[in-house]
Amino acid sequence: MNFSIILILFMLDVSNVYAIDSQTMGLTNINIPAVIMFIIFVSITLGITYWAAKKTRSASDFYTAGGSISGFQNGLAIAGDYMSAASFLGISGLVFASGFDGLIYSIGFLVGWPVILFLLAERLRNLGKYTFSDAVSFRLKELPIRSLAACGTLAVVILYLIAQMVGAGKLIQILFGLPYSVAVFIVGFLMICYVTFGGMLATTWVQTIKAVLLLFGATILAFAVLNKFDFSFNLLFTKAISSHHLGEAIMAPGGLISDPVSAISLGLALMFGTAGLPHILMRFFTVRNAKEARNSVFFATSFIGYFYILTFVIGFGAIVLLTNNDAFLDKFGNILGGNNMAAVHLSKAVGGDIFLGFISAVAFATILAVVSGLTLAGASAISHDLYASLFCGGEVQERKEVVVSRISTIILGVIAILLGILFEKQNVAYMVGLAFAIAASVNFPILFFSMYWSRLTTRGAFAGGAAGLLTAVLCVILGPIVWVDILGNTKAIFPYKYPALFSMSIAFITIIIISYLDKSTRAKKEIEAFDGQFVRAQTGVGAEGAVQHQI
Amino acid sequence: MQEVYERIKNHPDFRNLVKLRRKISWILTSIVILFYFIFILIIAFSPNTFSRTVFPDNATTLGIIIGLFIILLSIFLTGIYVYLANKKLDKINDKIIKIINK
Repeated sequence: MNFSIILILFMLDVSNVYAIDSQTMGLTNINIPAVIMFIIFVSITLGITYWAAKKTRSASDFYTAGGSISGFQNGLAIAGDYMSAASFLGISGLVFASGFDGLIYSIGFLVGWPVILFLLAERLRNLGKYTFSDAVSFRLKELPIRSLAACGTLAVVILYLIAQMVGAGKLIQILFGLPYSVAVFIVGFLMICYVTFGGMLATTWVQTIKAVLLLFGATILAFAVLNKFDFSFNLLFTKAISSHHLGEAIMAPGGLISDPVSAISLGLALMFGTAGLPHILMRFFTVRNAKEARNSVFFATSFIGYFYILTFVIGFGAIVLLTNNDAFLDKFGNILGGNNMAAVHLSKAVGGDIFLGFISAVAFATILAVVSGLTLAGASAISHDLYASLFCGGEVQERKEVVVSRISTIILGVIAILLGILFEKQNVAYMVGLAFAIAASVNFPILFFSMYWSRLTTRGAFAGGAAGLLTAVLCVILGPIVWVDILGNTKAIFPYKYPALFSMSIAFITIIIISYLDKSTRAKKEIEAFDGQFVRAQTGVGAEGAVQHQI
Repeated sequence: MQEVYERIKNHPDFRNLVKLRRKISWILTSIVILFYFIFILIIAFSPNTFSRTVFPDNATTLGIIIGLFIILLSIFLTGIYVYLANKKLDKINDKIIKIINK
C-alpha cells in the first residue's frame, strides 16, 4: 500500500523533472568543469575510503576512528558535519527570499555551540564510548534508555537525511540535467560506500575535505560579491532594498516568524536542538580526551560562525545580482530551480561557468559529507544501542556488531533514497527545523538531566523523553506543514510550525515529576551512582580510551 | 574504581575544580542564552525595533548589527572558555590525577 503510493509519487516526480529540465537546459546544459571537479572529489574520497577500510577493523575503529582524530581536525570535521546543504543553500536561499529572516536561522544554528561546549562536550567525552546513549545510560537502566535514545537518534537522522537528499536531488538536477530521482540515488549510493567500508575514519576525512572546500568556496563567493560593491555593506544593502520586491522589509524580521510563540519555539529548537544532534555528539568520541573535545568545539564554532556571516553576504549578493537578471529567472520571474539555488546561480553571475562548477561540486560534497555523518550515527544507534546492548545484552562479538552496523548503513541509505524522492517539494530548511525540535525535546533533555541532576531516574528519563518525542512528532503531523501542506487539509489542528516550546516543556516537566515520584530501590541506586559518575565526568578518570588519564 | 571516585570526591582540589568549572560554565552559558533570547524576544514582540537604522545615510539596521554581534560573541566566548579550561581547570585536574596515582 505504502509502496504503491511511493511509486505513484515517484512517477509523478519524474514527469515533473523533465518539465523543469526542458526549461533549465537552455541555461546550464551540462557543466563540464562541474563534472570534472565532482569526479575528482569522488575519486579522492573513494580512495580515502579504500585506505580507511583497511584500517577499520574493530567496533571502535568503525564508530570513532579509534579515538585518533586531533582536536583541530575534529573541529573541521564537526563544521563539515554541521554546515549542511540546508545551511549553505537553504540559508542563503532564505536570505535571498526574505533577507534578515535568514539570519535568525544562522544565529540559532550557531548559539547551540557555546552551550554544547560550556555544558556538555567534556562530560560527554568522559562518560561515553561510541554514542551519546552510552553517557545517558551510564547509571540508568540500559534497556529503556537506549531504546528511547535510539528512537530519538533515528527520528532526527531520518528527518535530517530527507532535507539533505532533497537538496542534493535539486542541485544535481539543475547542474547535470539528470532526473531528480537519479541524483538522489547517486548521493545515497556514494554515502553507503563511504560509511559501510570506511566507517568513521572515511567519514571524518570526507567531512574535513568538504569543510575546507566549502569555507574556501564561500569565502571567494562572498568576496566576489563584496568586490562588486566596493566592499561597502551600505551599498550592498541599499541596492538589495531597491532590487527586492519586499523593499526595506528585508532588513528586519518578516514573514518567517509571524507570532511570538513561533519565535520562541524556533529559538529553543535551534539552540538546544544542536546539543541533541546524534551525529554531532558522536564526533566527540573520535578525539583522545576531554581536552581535545573542548578544543574541537572552539575550532568548529569559529568555522561555523565565519561561514554563516558569509552566507548572509551571499544571500544579499544574490538579491542584487539575480533578481533583475533574466538569465536566472523563469517566465514567471521566479529563480530557476527555486530559492535554494540562489548561491549556485550567484556563483555563475560572479565567476562564470568554472566557478559555478566549483561551487556546485562543493555543494554536492557538502551533502555527501553530512549524509555520511548522519547515516553513521543512525547505523550506530541500531547496531550499538539496539543490537549489541539490548538484543545481545552487551555480550556480542565485535566482528558481529560491525557487520550489523554495516548492514544498518545500507538499509538507512535505501530508506534515505526513497524518502528523498517522496519529499521533493518540501523546503529543506523547514525539514531541518523539525529534526532540531525532536533533538531538543528528546536527546537534549535526557542527556542534560543525566549529567546535571542527581535525582534523575530511569523512569523519569524514559517517560520524559518519550513524552517529548511524542509531543514533537504529533505537533508536527497536526501542524501546518504536514497536516495542511502535505496532507491537504484546510486547517491545522496544532497551529504552530515549530513545536519545541511545547515538546521541550512537556519533556522537562515529565522528567522532573516522574523522577520525584519514583521511589523504587532501582531509583535509589541510580541516585547513589551519581557521585561516581560526577567524578568521572569532571576529571576523566576511568574514561574510555583516555590514555593520559588512565589509572 | 568506585573507591577511587570516593577518594577524589572528598579531595579539596576536586571541590575547587568543580566550583571553578561551575562558575565559568554557568556565567558563560547565561551570557549566551541572555543575548540570544533578547534577540528572539525582540523578533517576537517588537520586530520594528530591528528595522531602525543606526548610522545616518547607512541602510544597515539594528537587527543586522545585533545579529552579527551575537555570532562574534559566540566565537569569542567559546575562545574564553577554552582558554580558561586549558590554563586553569586542566592544572587542577592534573594535580588530582597525580595525587590519585600516588
